[in-house]
Order: sequence, then structure tokens, then C-alpha cells
Amino acid sequence: MTNLTINGLRVSVETGSTVLEAARFLGFPIPTLCHLEGLSPYGACRLCVVEIGEGPRAKLVTSCTYRVEEGLKVRTASTRVVRARRMILELLLGTCPQAKKIQDLASAHGVRQQRFRQEHDDCILCGLCVRMCEEQMMARAIGFRGRGESRSIGTPFDMKSEVCRTCGGCQLVCPACQLRCTFVEKDAAVCGGCVNLQPPCLDRPKFDNMMCYMKPCVACEIEQDGR
Amino acid sequence: MNIQTIENIVNKHQQQQGSLIAILSEIQATYSYLPTDALQAVSKMTGKSLIDIYGVATFYKYFSLQPRGKHLCSVCVGTACHVRGGEVIAEEFEGQLGVAAGQTTPDREFTLGKVACLGACALGPVAVVDGHYFSSVKKTDVKKILERARDGLDKVEVKTDQRIFPIDVSCPRCNHSLMDASHLVDGHPSIKVTTSFERTHGWVRLSCLWGSYTVESQPEIPLDTVVHFFCPHCHAELVTATSCADCGAGMVPMIVRQGGVIQICSRRGCKGHMLDLV
Repeated sequence: MTNLTINGLRVSVETGSTVLEAARFLGFPIPTLCHLEGLSPYGACRLCVVEIGEGPRAKLVTSCTYRVEEGLKVRTASTRVVRARRMILELLLGTCPQAKKIQDLASAHGVRQQRFRQEHDDCILCGLCVRMCEEQMMARAIGFRGRGESRSIGTPFDMKSEVCRTCGGCQLVCPACQLRCTFVEKDAAVCGGCVNLQPPCLDRPKFDNMMCYMKPCVACEIEQDGR
Repeated sequence: MNIQTIENIVNKHQQQQGSLIAILSEIQATYSYLPTDALQAVSKMTGKSLIDIYGVATFYKYFSLQPRGKHLCSVCVGTACHVRGGEVIAEEFEGQLGVAAGQTTPDREFTLGKVACLGACALGPVAVVDGHYFSSVKKTDVKKILERARDGLDKVEVKTDQRIFPIDVSCPRCNHSLMDASHLVDGHPSIKVTTSFERTHGWVRLSCLWGSYTVESQPEIPLDTVVHFFCPHCHAELVTATSCADCGAGMVPMIVRQGGVIQICSRRGCKGHMLDLV
């Protein structure tokens, strides 16, 4: 067992596990896009950044690839981490403005604007599909091609691969190709208003059919007061 | 594309770990690019997935998946060359050749490339054609450079070049001299050997000058043909176990009278050679 401090809480976790696994086991939420249990950690999306160390030596590392160390001091939601995450999400949004998962995460993390040009790349090069194809489906049909700006994921020569069984595993795990609901504002950069709303009257018998989505809801407040 | 050639290349590197780049590099040396079929063949022979091989081939700029021209032109548009008008030179090259950067002319003569730095910033703007550096290139120089490249930049002036000296060779088997004083090449006695390729037999007269690549042959040997060399006296094939470092073809040994062995590449047009002095 390895002893470390996560958000000021002294804990001991299994030696060799990653910071992400340890934090999630203890209930500290860390958002991820390129992490999936059963696939090797890759550290591509950078969303799982946490701050380790103290004072001027503190630095941001990706928790999905960082193994726990004895005496490690981890902060999963410090100001620096939250700001870094917001920036990463904003950049990811610029790459894939239409992806539901990224939109939802951006909305949940308080990204309220989009300062970058929208690229509509429909791929964040997280490599989830590549690892899925290689490690779980044992097919190795798709992979990274090219370098730098022209890096892309696909089959060799963009032809139908002989080893692909069209299992659909790549689509299943893809965080970018599930389109978001655009509702009425089709071109809005940041949508995702619905993620933050819960109908508060649902569990009250009197307002059963009136899902008002308002929070705080005046009717509920009145009823509560009258009780 | 010859499947046997690919197999030979793969087998040569089979034992080593991480030999993929070496294999691809040798295939490119043979065909001047990486043919699709060759990549598929390598994938089957090595057991590596095609996407891994394709990934490596597309990652490095050194590898090309399209056939390339005889002459490679690289024009520098890096910072130092850019401020001295590298872009203008690159545009002039594009205009003269009629192709955009990264493309090959339809007659397969030139492949044009823009590069970020050639490591000779003080000489900018720099262009490199077939390994020859041209410094402080002006717009008007471009046409001249291309003309010289067409003629062949590796041509040497036999009379003035200090690096050139005559050697005297003999057959490694019968030790009979291969020199032929009755036929001069470059003004010196030529080295006469008999040759055969694709069921055609003939002779080749090589220049005996070290550093000169002048060749006369009957019949004409097409470029890139691997030729078998024979001693005209004992009719033994001149062959060794070594292969050319540049193109992988077999080497042809000859004894140098001054002491040592010279090996030349058996591929027409390849300039690979080795001199072991004793």
C-alpha cells in the first residue's frame, strides 16, 4: 500500500495504481475523455490534470498516467487545475463544437464562451478507438497517420481495411462523434443548458404533470412554506 | 514491383528488433518511393499490422508514398532564408517546374520540396538539388540551377579535379589485368569486363580514374538494372557476399595493383563503391 494525500485527506491506496484510479476510488470526481477501463492509459485529452507537489514546485500532471507515490500530495480541484481544465475544454470545443460529450463536460465545468475558431474536425485524436481496435478487438485496423497538423486517425491508404470486422467498437467509445442536441440555437458555440437543469417538482405529487424546470421554483417554495 | 526483392530486404533485417525503418528505407532506395503493394507485402512478411507500417511511413517526411522524380529540389523557407526572400525563390522554382511544392513534374524529372531549414542559414536563401547546395540564390539563378541539374550535377571535370587518380585493376580469380590500353576512357586505359543482364551479353568499359563514373557499354544498359560482371579472361563471375550500402545490389570486386580491393555496385547508375587498401 502507498500512503498519499489527496485534497488534504490522508489515504493509503494500492501500490502501482494511478492517481486517477485512487481519486475515483475515494470519490473525488475527475473528468476524462480518453480514459476507459480495460484500455491502456494514454494521457491524450489532458482533462484529467491534477496538481501535485506544493508551493513553487507544484505542477500539473495527467492523473490517468501518473502512478501513486509515497507521500505524494495531490489536489484534484485547485484553482489552477480548474482553470486548466476550462481552457482544455474550450480548446477541445474549438476542435469539435458539435460533440455532445465535450459540450456536456464544458457546460458542467462552467465554460460559458468560445473564444477559438471552430474547426469542426470531429476528432480530438484521443486514440480511444485505436486502442479499442488494438487491445480489445485485436484487429489493428485503424491507427494514427501523418504527423503534426496533418495527423489523423483512419485505415491505411483510406481504403476499407482487410482486418476490420466492422464491429463498431471504435464508434462506441468515440467521445467526439456523438452529436449534441442543438435544440433551437443551431449555431450556438456553447449549449448544454439542459445538463444543468433538473425538474425540481418531479417528486411532488401535486405538480406531477407540470415539469417547470425553474429553479428555484416559486410554486414549490410557496407550497413548502404553506406546509 | 518484385515480391522477391521485398522478401530479400525483409529477410535481411528479420532478426533485428525495430528494423521497420531500415526495411522501409531500403525499399525506398530500391524504388525511390514506397509502393502500396510493397507495404502490404512487408506487413504480411513481418507480421506487423499494415496500419503500424503505414503510420511510420506517413510520420517521417523522409518516406514518400508517391513516385518521386530523378532530381530532388529542396528550397529553404526557414526563418533566415525567409527574410532574404526564400519564398520568392520557392515560387520561382514552382513556376519554372510548373508544379506546387511537394509534387513531381509529369515527366518524372524533378520533385520539388519546401523545407524549414537546411542548416546553412548564413548562405540564405539556400536551395539543395541532388545533394548540392546553392547559396544566395537569386530569382534569375533558378533556371540555371535546373538546367545544370538536368545535365547531371555529379559530372566532374577529369582534367582539373585533384581528387581523381588512375588505378590499375585485375581479376580477383585469375589475377589477369582487366586494363585495356587499346580503348581509352577519360584519356586513360579503360577497365574492360564482360557483362550479362536479362539474357543480354555485352561488355562494359569503366573509367580507371578514381572518382570518375564514366561508363561505356555495349549494348546500352538501362538505368537501375543489376548487371552480372565477368572476367573477360577466365570468365568467372566477379561477385562478393557484400551488398551495396546505397541500393542493396551485389558488389563487384576487383584487385587493385597498387594494393587492395575495390568493390563497385553492380547496379547501373548507382555510385556505391568501397576501396579496401592493404
